[in-house]
Amino acid sequence: MNDRAAAARPLKVELREVGLRYFGREGETEALAGISLGVAEGEFVSIIGQSGCGKSTLLSLVAGIMAPTSGAILLDGRPVRGPDRRVGYMLQQDYLFEWRTILENTLLGAQIQGVEPRAARDRAVMLLSRYGLGKFMDHLPRQLSGGMRQRVALARTLCTDPDVVLLDEPFSALDSQTRIAIADEIADILRREGKTAILVTHDIAEAIGMADRVIVLSRRPGRVRSSHLIEFASAGAARPSPMQARNAIEFNGYFNRLWQELEVHVEG
Amino acid sequence: MSRADPGVIERAEAAAPSAAYRRFLRAERRGHLFVRLAQAGLLLVFLLFWEFAPRYGLVNPMFTSYPSALWPTFLGLLHGTANQPGILEHAASTVVATVVGFSGAMVVGVIVAAALWWWKRLYRVLDPFLVVANAMPKIAFVPIFYIWLGATLSIYGMALAISVFITILMLHAGFEGVDANKVKLAQTFGASRWQVLRMVVLPGSVPTLIAALKVNTGLALVGVVVGEFQSASLGLGYLIQYGSQVFKLDIVMTAITLLAVLSALMYLAIAALERRVLARR
Repeated sequence: MNDRAAAARPLKVELREVGLRYFGREGETEALAGISLGVAEGEFVSIIGQSGCGKSTLLSLVAGIMAPTSGAILLDGRPVRGPDRRVGYMLQQDYLFEWRTILENTLLGAQIQGVEPRAARDRAVMLLSRYGLGKFMDHLPRQLSGGMRQRVALARTLCTDPDVVLLDEPFSALDSQTRIAIADEIADILRREGKTAILVTHDIAEAIGMADRVIVLSRRPGRVRSSHLIEFASAGAARPSPMQARNAIEFNGYFNRLWQELEVHVEG
Repeated sequence: MSRADPGVIERAEAAAPSAAYRRFLRAERRGHLFVRLAQAGLLLVFLLFWEFAPRYGLVNPMFTSYPSALWPTFLGLLHGTANQPGILEHAASTVVATVVGFSGAMVVGVIVAAALWWWKRLYRVLDPFLVVANAMPKIAFVPIFYIWLGATLSIYGMALAISVFITILMLHAGFEGVDANKVKLAQTFGASRWQVLRMVVLPGSVPTLIAALKVNTGLALVGVVVGEFQSASLGLGYLIQYGSQVFKLDIVMTAITLLAVLSALMYLAIAALERRVLARR
């Protein structure tokens, strides 16, 4: 356990002994058990674990669209009771609405939250222009490539200006080159804007490349198995981009350690 | 953030078409022309057979009339008589009842389907009743509707009854079929149930709404004509009934042909609506 970075700043998100059980006709499933972790303000945390270990569920709990069976989730020290404006969520695919233009899609969250339309529009236009989508604002989602659509999804998430951004394998639908490029871009944007971010992924390289800290979950029921601070002393003061991080000398060490932690077994 | 994104469609359209592409376009056009000619040909063969089969004694002209007799009959019926309105008034009455029927079915369908989407348990309770109500031959109720509702309302009632249940079932299936992840996305922004319905479920179900409209216009027309058989003194259904009772097949065939024309017009209107609405997708 290594939480030096987290200890320095106030906790933005905190999970205390969180447990979750699913109930169904075939019985109950324990998805998460006794999860305790804290994410400091401005910190970028990756959570890795094998499929079905409850990673995505963890994000749904922080987002307030599900309630834990036991334990508590705190945002700025107060319990989460439902979806909160301070939290933005990027799902596994862009889920752009095909009947809305790019600009209208970007405005979805702002409209739901009743943000003043002109202010919301200005912010959406600013974000889209900044992400290189200024020319496509009146296009429909089907006219855009996968990478562009994912940038629109990011603009939609950031349009409501959340403090915390939850990323649920947001690159899994992209081809591998676009995936690395977009991860680079999104990590850069989130870091520059000082967002607190929690990324869920099963891609070890992605987790190391983007995060300040990587948390490994065990198999179901998911528990915190270990927590690894990611530092690239060799890269100097500035944090390297996810792509540069892959070339840093520390990278392989982290990768091998996490690989062993994950206890990957290929069923044969 | 300066990378060329592959896969933007616009690029391909700008270049001049190659010879192979022009050949492809020509073949496409020929294929299209063939389909249209075949359709016109089929219609022509049908009309010729209908015209000449009675003339050569293959069938009794008393039973079938002739296509060439339709136009004079139509003109003869145009002005009506002292106790019989003109054929266009009959047609107008049928059209009005049909429009009332399918509009009513759409409105009731959307409201009920939304309620069933909202209260899942209500749907579970009502599901078997809806399925049975949909499978019931509503035509069995024509005499009862006449007694309950009177001459005019029973026709509207039949048009509504025959089309409303399938509309509810189709729309509800469409509402439930909207991608759960889109709903989840709206919920992560804190959307209320009402916002989910208004911003995700309804706009996401527009293709289903159009499909339901296509089905229930046809059904409403069936309901109207059957209702008119029983109870009306106006409408094409009545005219068919009247024509067969006095054994004037010219009248019956003219009214039926007019119904076919009306069906085609309704179909074209919906197709135009569909193109307009779905152009954005």
